[in-house]
Amino acid sequence: MDKVLEVKNLSKVYGKGCADCFGLTGPQADTNICPSCGSVVAAHDVSFDLYKGEILGIMGESGSGKSTSVKCLFFDEEPTSGSAVFYDDGKQYNLFTLNAAQQRQLSSRRFGMVYQNPYLGLNFDISAGGNIAERLLMSSISHFGAIRERASSLLQRAEVPTARIDALPKTFSGGMQQRVQIAKALSTYPPLLFLDEVTTGLDLSVQAAILDLIMEIQQEIETAMIVVTHDLGVIRLLAGRTLVMKYGRVIESGLTDQVLEDPQHAYTQRLVASAL
Amino acid sequence: MSQYNFGFLDEFAKKEIRRCTIKAVAIPGYQVPYSSREMPMGRGFGTGGLQLTLSLIGENDTLKVIDQGSDDSVNAINLRDFIEMTCPGINTTTSTDKADIIQSRHRIPEKELKEEQLIVLQVPYPDPLVIVEPSEEKRKQMHGEGDYSRLLVKLYEDLIKYKEITISHRYPTRINDGYVIDPSPIPRWDVPKMHQSKALILLGAGREKKIYAVPPYTDAKPLAFDDVPFRVEDFCDKRGKRRACSKCGSVSSFLDEFVDSTNGKTVYQCSDSDYCAEYCAAQSKQPFEESIDG
Amino acid sequence: MTHHIEPIDSPCVLRVQGYAKQFVLHEQSKIIPSSQHVELSVYQGQLTALIGPTGSGKSSVLKGIYRTYLPSDGRVLYRSKNGYEIDLAKADEHHILQLRNDEISFVTQFLHVLPRKPSEFLVAQPLIKRGTSMSEAIDKARDMLARLNLPEHLWCLSPTNFSGGEKQRVNLARSLVAKPRLLLLDEPTSSLDPTTTNVVVKELKKLKDYGVAMLAIFHDPALVEEMAEHIVELQIPQSIEQLQEKTQA
Repeated sequence: MDKVLEVKNLSKVYGKGCADCFGLTGPQADTNICPSCGSVVAAHDVSFDLYKGEILGIMGESGSGKSTSVKCLFFDEEPTSGSAVFYDDGKQYNLFTLNAAQQRQLSSRRFGMVYQNPYLGLNFDISAGGNIAERLLMSSISHFGAIRERASSLLQRAEVPTARIDALPKTFSGGMQQRVQIAKALSTYPPLLFLDEVTTGLDLSVQAAILDLIMEIQQEIETAMIVVTHDLGVIRLLAGRTLVMKYGRVIESGLTDQVLEDPQHAYTQRLVASAL
Repeated sequence: MSQYNFGFLDEFAKKEIRRCTIKAVAIPGYQVPYSSREMPMGRGFGTGGLQLTLSLIGENDTLKVIDQGSDDSVNAINLRDFIEMTCPGINTTTSTDKADIIQSRHRIPEKELKEEQLIVLQVPYPDPLVIVEPSEEKRKQMHGEGDYSRLLVKLYEDLIKYKEITISHRYPTRINDGYVIDPSPIPRWDVPKMHQSKALILLGAGREKKIYAVPPYTDAKPLAFDDVPFRVEDFCDKRGKRRACSKCGSVSSFLDEFVDSTNGKTVYQCSDSDYCAEYCAAQSKQPFEESIDG
Repeated sequence: MTHHIEPIDSPCVLRVQGYAKQFVLHEQSKIIPSSQHVELSVYQGQLTALIGPTGSGKSSVLKGIYRTYLPSDGRVLYRSKNGYEIDLAKADEHHILQLRNDEISFVTQFLHVLPRKPSEFLVAQPLIKRGTSMSEAIDKARDMLARLNLPEHLWCLSPTNFSGGEKQRVNLARSLVAKPRLLLLDEPTSSLDPTTTNVVVKELKKLKDYGVAMLAIFHDPALVEEMAEHIVELQIPQSIEQLQEKTQA
């Protein structure tokens, strides 16, 4: 099995931070705000591995640090400490020591990101096809016809009617916007895809169709994915392994069915017990 | 005017501009920041080009100033008068051939420039990325990484909306396969003249405080798709016939469009007045006054 | 407690030694024992049946082996296709996922599958994951669904709205088609009519002949009689209080 990503001791503190930050926050302290200096410990000591074609779930409530961790890996946020190694095509990239240009190079070509809020992932002033074109053009594809063809087939794959390729995303439904985001994220066939609460706020039937699409893609191109969600149903269907986070810490990790049926930590037990 | 230094600017200011100019030539297409001086005219009236000209011109140099191809527009006259006044000993001309330095707004002369000439273009907006990215910090990153994908997306969007690229002026052009520049508001027609130009092309933006250059014999390639090549204005009428200048009859120059206020007809005329006059002279005929067609 | 009906002449695929499982409920401050002192072996081409009263932790043992439950004590030694022995109770999660994909299959009473997917695709999925071509996998899936008497017009529908018996057949078909090395069965015929039950029994026997090792819970003692080479009887585990009394005594 090929390793795609190895994250070690990832931490992210918002604020100036102090020596007590990590000791005085976390699930035991029942807070992620440091009582001595007021900094927010959004994530601390997050470690995990990800293999080719694997889907890893990160589960937790709002403010648990699940999105922060993913944003650090996608370079949307700068981590306070920790390391992450990305293995790609026989090469290794130490993500947090790369310069900004190298990071953007990776995130625009080798990573994909689908945000909960389509406004973050899509440019609403340009057409659906144009959004996909942008990512392709970053990868130095400069043939208009080829770009058009690729954008069209990606939209079709994401079950967006190709007749709407030239429509602006704001004229699309929420589910359709997520599909365009997914098509855009996949346009470079990235080996690593981040999905941040992608089905939150969508109708159940639309959710199912999006999950379906994600699973199909995972099987087709063996993209490794990190799925961030607070929805246990999504985790159960998608993820082989799951991390549970609370107050910035990973409090439990394991095979997804084990985490859901035999949760070890009090918080996970409560979370699972209160699921609808 | 005797209390003013030659060229209005003090020698330190000239030196700084020259240093920036050398840097601009050394890094083709790179926007070199400089401390644009206050000039006795509003920014936006060509102060960027003016400062370049004033820092480069010397006694016995011959200067031509044009605005939209014309030596006789108010703007061109005022700038020329100002330079003549502050640079005693220089010559001025309307002839493209005779000029050492040409300061221009909106056009590059029709006649091919020579190695010993240099052209200064006045630029309002130096950064081609400003239409896709409001933050200058991010634009600098994009230039640094050669990431012009969003400009190409703009072209893509044009193609899907209008079936053609609609940018008429300020066509983003890649210099020496590196930086993409905004070539000042020259029409598409003039963009190919920058490619492997024998003359040095300097661009100055006074308000935005930037100087950049297309050095002689340097590639200048308009952004385009492999299968949708860049093309210039064709000036053809509805039947596909190339329009001619109503004055000189040339069918190979950039044409301005006027509406004749007496009869409401559309009239086409060379934008480059020196070229038009020379073309007339070459055919040893008076400029004809009849309009050709609407 | 293990009754050997036939002499063991077959390689042992799974050995469970001293298995115990208890649930620690933090919220209620309770420890609930679920299985204790479980010893069992499963052999290639043979079926080991788990019997015992309700509450003796039969399902818990299957889940512990599949690692849906984290065993509290004991060893779950599995001999893989490649000949190495691995303790499933402690194995790395990626390793477990790989074994679930390639070697170990579990037919539960519940079907957790993606919505919207046709039954035939769900049955074919384990084969596709192992690299069988889509068309071949679908052919095999249809063949198995036909043998399990699932009406043909249901094949292209998602099992989400199927009856219990129909769901169970889809679930069974998924595991049968995959021909795993070790098959865990939790009351696989509980919702089936006698005719279909007979078909399932026939298919399971075929798998046994093929060499699949099985560990099963049957609700019907007659099936245990008919299918099992080995029987393991589980006892209701002692509560923590009972255990404490014992240690005090």
